Amino acid sequence: MNAVNDLMKPVAFPNPYDVPLQELDPSPEALYDSGQHWAYFERLRNEAPVHYCENEAFGGFWNITKFNDIVEVDSNNEVFSSEPNITIGESKIDFSPPMFIAMDNPKHDAQRKVVSPAVAPMQLAELESLIRGRVATVLDNLPVGETFNWVDAVSIELTTQMLATLFDFPFEERRKLTYWSDIAVTSPNVEEYGVSEEKRRDVMLECLEYFTGLWNERIKRPKKNDFISLLAHSSATAEMDPLEYLGNLMLLIVGGNDTTRSSMSGGVYAMNKFPAEFKKLQENPKLIPNMVSEIIRWQTPLAHMRRIAKEDYEIGGKTIRKGDKVIMWYISGNRDQDVIENPDDFLIDRKRARHHVSFGFGVHRCMGNRLAEMQLRILWEELLPRFSRIEVTAEPQRVRSNFVMGYTHLPVKLHAK
Amino acid sequence: MANNEQDTFMPTICFVEHDGTEHSVTVNSGISLMEAAVDNDVPGIDADCGGACACATCHVMLDKDWFEALGDREATEESMLALAAEVTDTSRLACQIEVTDALDGIKVRMPESQF
Ligand code: HEM
Ligand code: FES
Repeated sequence: MNAVNDLMKPVAFPNPYDVPLQELDPSPEALYDSGQHWAYFERLRNEAPVHYCENEAFGGFWNITKFNDIVEVDSNNEVFSSEPNITIGESKIDFSPPMFIAMDNPKHDAQRKVVSPAVAPMQLAELESLIRGRVATVLDNLPVGETFNWVDAVSIELTTQMLATLFDFPFEERRKLTYWSDIAVTSPNVEEYGVSEEKRRDVMLECLEYFTGLWNERIKRPKKNDFISLLAHSSATAEMDPLEYLGNLMLLIVGGNDTTRSSMSGGVYAMNKFPAEFKKLQENPKLIPNMVSEIIRWQTPLAHMRRIAKEDYEIGGKTIRKGDKVIMWYISGNRDQDVIENPDDFLIDRKRARHHVSFGFGVHRCMGNRLAEMQLRILWEELLPRFSRIEVTAEPQRVRSNFVMGYTHLPVKLHAK
Repeated sequence: MANNEQDTFMPTICFVEHDGTEHSVTVNSGISLMEAAVDNDVPGIDADCGGACACATCHVMLDKDWFEALGDREATEESMLALAAEVTDTSRLACQIEVTDALDGIKVRMPESQF
């Protein structure tokens, strides 16, 4: 994906305070990789927390930017529908494979319950030693004293290994999963940077073909706790048509991949921006679980989720109309100083660190949150005894997206213990 | 508390971990059962959503008698519990139960998956 990134020139946007409030639009993707979105959301939270705007690419939509308003909308699954799609854009070529994150009940619950055993707490306890062993191997093979790309060597490698385990995917071919995940989240609005919507569809159909092979092999064998076997052997999903199978695969691949990957990179970056916190951590490794929640808040790996109102709804003194598109900006809710003290600071011993919006709320609340937390916890538990410092040697390059808050390049130099 | 202040009754709640460890707390009526745990650092109730009935990380199991005495779950609570682990017939979300004097002596168990 580096070729993609080289083409990405920074774009300068106007100061949000110079833009008429009703025209303030936080959705342009180039706002995000340059960090210009923060000021846009600050103004929205302060002056128009429930705010309507128009955008050429995405049509008209409501921006929900305060923590408590986000919780209210996210947990009202009766009024706010996740269908047909949970990101701000629409498919121009009508290629939106159905997946349960973008389904309302009763279908949502039926499908979610099929795959959730693969990431249930007891199952995770069984996976812990396997994950720890793999993390140790990856860390032991990193170069010490020379600069390398943390994103590729650690974040992508570890999340991809995990994903291969959850699917019981041929381990040596696991980078296919990384590739499909990256293509799946490519926004049609960054077409000029490499991937057209048609190309994306073609790659996804390749992905489907590969997984159909795995399905056919699992269906012949007894049911076990990997995602494919669970889907193939359950009555709620056994009759899915191929596109629906693909949709749910995309959800499981992307859900478990980019987000955790961004948190593995984001944590290292945060520790370098706030070096006193790394010291605190070295002195008190018991802070790791709390720090993991703080990393996930600070990073907010997914910037938004979208809904469509099924009826008129009053919130923040405004009336959202039936049929309107509503964007819950998690990236903003996690910086809301009415709920989170000094929200821009990264504080590993923050009180009530779990109280963040990064995993969403309501029936669609992240299914893999415990798994993500466990992976991050293990990573830091294994990093601390090995290295005295994890130095970020230059500013990272970020993904250009208003959805995935990720990094493509984070140059890191490790210092021996 | 000042001596001349009128003594008010405070109910005692017992939270039981999956391994049997008990945590008894004495709290004011009017708060939620979730807050009774969180305010007293009882492990096993994360309450990630802060009591909005939107995360199911405050899942507890009651004895049958207490469950019946407390009345029905609301629809939202029902929909959140549908996705939680280890749900039983007497499962509730602790943030949806108000502590009253009548709850004095209640025992609530917490699922293993919440630790
Ligand atoms: C730090 C890492 C992660 C973050 C920040 C994250 C974030 C989210 C968010 C915001 C949602 C939507 C919530 C809503 O609409 O209210 C979601 C849903 C979901 N996530 Fe995650 N996620 C992470 C890791 C994972 C992992 C590791 C998996 C692995 C399987 C996963 C699987 C899912 C699934 C399947 C859904 C759909 C749930 C539903 O619709 O019922 N996520 N996640
Ligand atoms: S605290 Fe989130 S559901 Fe009770």
